[in-house]
Amino acid sequence: MSQEAFESARRRWEAELARSGPRLPRFETISGTDVPALGLPAGDPDGAYLDGLGFPGQFPYTRGIHPSLYRGRLWTMRQFAGFGTAADTNARYRYLLEHGQTGLSVAFDMPTLMGYDSDHPRALGEVGKCGVAVASLEDMETLFEGIPVGEVSTSMTINAPAAIVWAMYIANAEKQGVPAASLRGTIQNDILKEYIAQKEWVFPPEAHMRLVVDTIEWAARHLPLWHPVSISGYHIREAGSTAAQELAYTLYDGFAYVEAALARGLGVDEFAPRLSFFFNAHSDFFEEVAKYRAARRIWARRMKGRYGARDPRSMQLRFHAQTAGCSLTAQQPENNVARVALQALSAVLGGAQSLHTNSMDETLALPTEKAVTIALRTQQVLACETGVANTIDPLGGSWFVERETDRLEAEAEAIFIELDRRGGMVRAIEDGYPQREIGRASYDYARKLQRGEQVMVGVNRYADSPAAGDGIPLLRIEPRVETSQRERLAALRRRRDAAAARRALDRVRDGARGHDNLMGPILEAVRAYATLGEVVDAMREVFGTYREPSVF
Amino acid sequence: MTEARPIRVLVAKPGLDGHDRGARVVASALRDAGMEVIYGGLWLSPEEIVTIAEQEDVDVIGLSSMNNAHMTVFPRTLELLRERGLGDVLLTGGGIMTAEDMEALGRMGVGRLFGPGSDMDAFVEYIRRWCETRARGTEGRGTCPTA
Amino acid sequence: MQRLLAGEARAAGRVISLIEDRRPERFAVLGALAGRVGRAERLGVTGPPGAGKSTLINAMTRALRAAGRTVGVVAVDPTSPYTGGALLGDRVRMGESGLDAGVFIRSMATRGALGGLARAAEEACDVLDAYGRDVVVIETVGVGQSEVDVARAADCTLVVLSPESGDQVQAMKAGLMEAADVFVVNKADREGADRMVAQVEEMLHLRARRGAWEPPVLRSVALKGEGVEAILEAVARHRRSEEERGGLAARRRGRLLARLRAAVEEIHREAIWADPGSALALEGAADRVASGGADLYGAAAGLFRSWLRRAAGLGGPPRGE
Repeated sequence: MSQEAFESARRRWEAELARSGPRLPRFETISGTDVPALGLPAGDPDGAYLDGLGFPGQFPYTRGIHPSLYRGRLWTMRQFAGFGTAADTNARYRYLLEHGQTGLSVAFDMPTLMGYDSDHPRALGEVGKCGVAVASLEDMETLFEGIPVGEVSTSMTINAPAAIVWAMYIANAEKQGVPAASLRGTIQNDILKEYIAQKEWVFPPEAHMRLVVDTIEWAARHLPLWHPVSISGYHIREAGSTAAQELAYTLYDGFAYVEAALARGLGVDEFAPRLSFFFNAHSDFFEEVAKYRAARRIWARRMKGRYGARDPRSMQLRFHAQTAGCSLTAQQPENNVARVALQALSAVLGGAQSLHTNSMDETLALPTEKAVTIALRTQQVLACETGVANTIDPLGGSWFVERETDRLEAEAEAIFIELDRRGGMVRAIEDGYPQREIGRASYDYARKLQRGEQVMVGVNRYADSPAAGDGIPLLRIEPRVETSQRERLAALRRRRDAAAARRALDRVRDGARGHDNLMGPILEAVRAYATLGEVVDAMREVFGTYREPSVF
Repeated sequence: MTEARPIRVLVAKPGLDGHDRGARVVASALRDAGMEVIYGGLWLSPEEIVTIAEQEDVDVIGLSSMNNAHMTVFPRTLELLRERGLGDVLLTGGGIMTAEDMEALGRMGVGRLFGPGSDMDAFVEYIRRWCETRARGTEGRGTCPTA
Repeated sequence: MQRLLAGEARAAGRVISLIEDRRPERFAVLGALAGRVGRAERLGVTGPPGAGKSTLINAMTRALRAAGRTVGVVAVDPTSPYTGGALLGDRVRMGESGLDAGVFIRSMATRGALGGLARAAEEACDVLDAYGRDVVVIETVGVGQSEVDVARAADCTLVVLSPESGDQVQAMKAGLMEAADVFVVNKADREGADRMVAQVEEMLHLRARRGAWEPPVLRSVALKGEGVEAILEAVARHRRSEEERGGLAARRRGRLLARLRAAVEEIHREAIWADPGSALALEGAADRVASGGADLYGAAAGLFRSWLRRAAGLGGPPRGE
């Protein structure tokens, strides 16, 4: 019986594989022998294979969400970039696009990420430092000047003020004559992980959750190709969590968004296909591969079983991965190239849809062009030279990797039970639970490093150079960035129709008091050149602010 | 009987960046070394940092800066400390910063700064030593005095 | 001292350290404050960990500031018995006021000796009182009787609970329940809030009434600032009720007696061990007890008498200076 099911699933997979065109005419080893698309057991006598793993592109998607994975198309190599003024970053984007990159990924500066205009006192010294400053639609226009937004896909790493920055992107596209419905891209917009790990929020959790659902709903209705949330474990891991915590908190955040959108009255298959994930690619090689595989299985089972998804795309966990910034060292920074390569390999073996590889100099400053290029070349070496992209889920069936996959799934399920007991993620966050657990894990790790039980090459073993960052050139941001950005903003405030901006902001404030989708009023406000900080302030008057609990 | 005063340290994150992993690990390490750690949390301006230091009467301020704003934040905090009569408080910390910047801040009067991958115990030891040295230099004061 | 009375935060911070460190200079300092203490209204806030005390104090501070009153907070957290260190994180939630000079927050660690803590905390409140704060709040984690007692050294004591506090309340109901002038069930928008309120009310019914004042059981959602006005009203009502019955005066009198008693003991204890003769005699007494030549209390009484004789020769127990 189960053998029949196995054979039938296999025929289905083979048919799907045949339908998806291969990226190469032949897949062969360096020695010239054929590489099969998939390694498989001889049979499935007890049904365990189909139940726990399945074929690629088939439930529960443990081995991948596409029948052909990288034999059809390589992962997207998407490098995150942004610095200085919008004009500076625009030049970098044009350079990247001319050199064959098809997707853009925007890094914003801290004031933008926190919803402050570049001329706010709190922005002092931070404008353009860790990304690009975008305080108004005008900055967005400059950022994408000469870039066909109808043709590129744009990923924007923005959370607390995501709805506003997204509105600026949409409004800019409209001005370029590109309809919103054709826009492709992602806003990170994952506020729960901000409270858990990255700590960039503006309002209390419930108000932010409403804004997230507003964007999910708006995307479902008006921008069907957009990914309105990128549910992120990356920052949770960077904050020091274990792999199981990263896995569990991230997926549980995903459940929380799904439940909030369902509570809004959306159908699960209306929005779930556009949810995507973002994981960390850390150094423990097999644990990382197992983590991605477990994530796919848990998500698929939950979406189908608990939330009644029917559309397979609602059950397929798509993810972007980035190598672990926290694993890089300032000492002997060239070693980071090796770390990044191995971490990237784990993401590829784990079936990532897109990947960012970190630059070796990131622990010291923003990356230089040379370091960024080496990081991108690392992905190209993996893709084109190593052969790892030629067969699907090559570690599937390894006793060890399957055991790790099961272990991580079980640990995540136990954490889900605890979070349920605490009344869900928002409550748990208000009580400081995930923050405390991550704090403990990161302190334990730090102690292990201290005692030498955990090795960091070049830091606590094989150390040589005493000074950090010897010999590698660093990128510096000129102070003129801040001055010129302030001047631009002041000029905009003088030039715009102040009354129109004020009226639009009043509508945002009223909208925040009500329950209708806020995206409409926000779009109106940014079109009237209300600034990011002004829109945030209007909402803050209604939503208030939030301080985290004591989390030790 | 006067008990030895534990060293009081304010650990805080200046500026807008919220990456508090380092700050929290250091706070835990200082506590485990027997110090009283006032955790100031996130998003503090130099003015707020100095206000807390004043109210809490700390011996040491440790700032964690990960977002390239250290060349603004450290000098301003130092200036305010001196203006408000807290010039005897040690300003130290760490984060993502170049050796060159650390030296420049050191010349202004900021204490030792600790870059990525620094030894946690070295930071604890540095603070302890600094307080002992200061105590020896000031007659009639406790382990790490402020009176 | 002038700088403290002139409202300099730096001076207030330093004076509290003198007291907290139990340094001899504190006697002079507290003496100089004497005439200036007693004006502030004192609130004690206690309750189990996680009930939301800091958040509630933050919200109350906001409301008090809006009403034009200045606020001082002494937030007490435990010292680790193993390392002697402490992590004092309450400011994070209480620090909304940021640069507002009308708010002064001081974090204090228990530092082992709880009896000492009670004195230090109360004296820190004296400093903030003299410093001109209209309201002084003292916050402790209500995990043990001693911590609860610290929060009771106030004109009005709030016991803050949350819907999740059930087990903790069961475990230590006597101390915590007796301490309260006002009960607050915080996080009242969560499941179980009604049950918690009912549980507290039931305990209150079972208990013998202490006087005319019946502690109200209020609800709040401190994160959203909900219920704070009602709490401050209850505090004011409690104050009026106490004043009418002379309860406030009696309460302050009782506290004064207790503090005096403790101060006498503290002065003696410090004086005894500050005398080098006592330290010598201690070793000798220990030898005698160990060898069976004397019993413990007999040896202790002998030590005390010998100190008294030396002290009389010096003209009485020395005041710390």
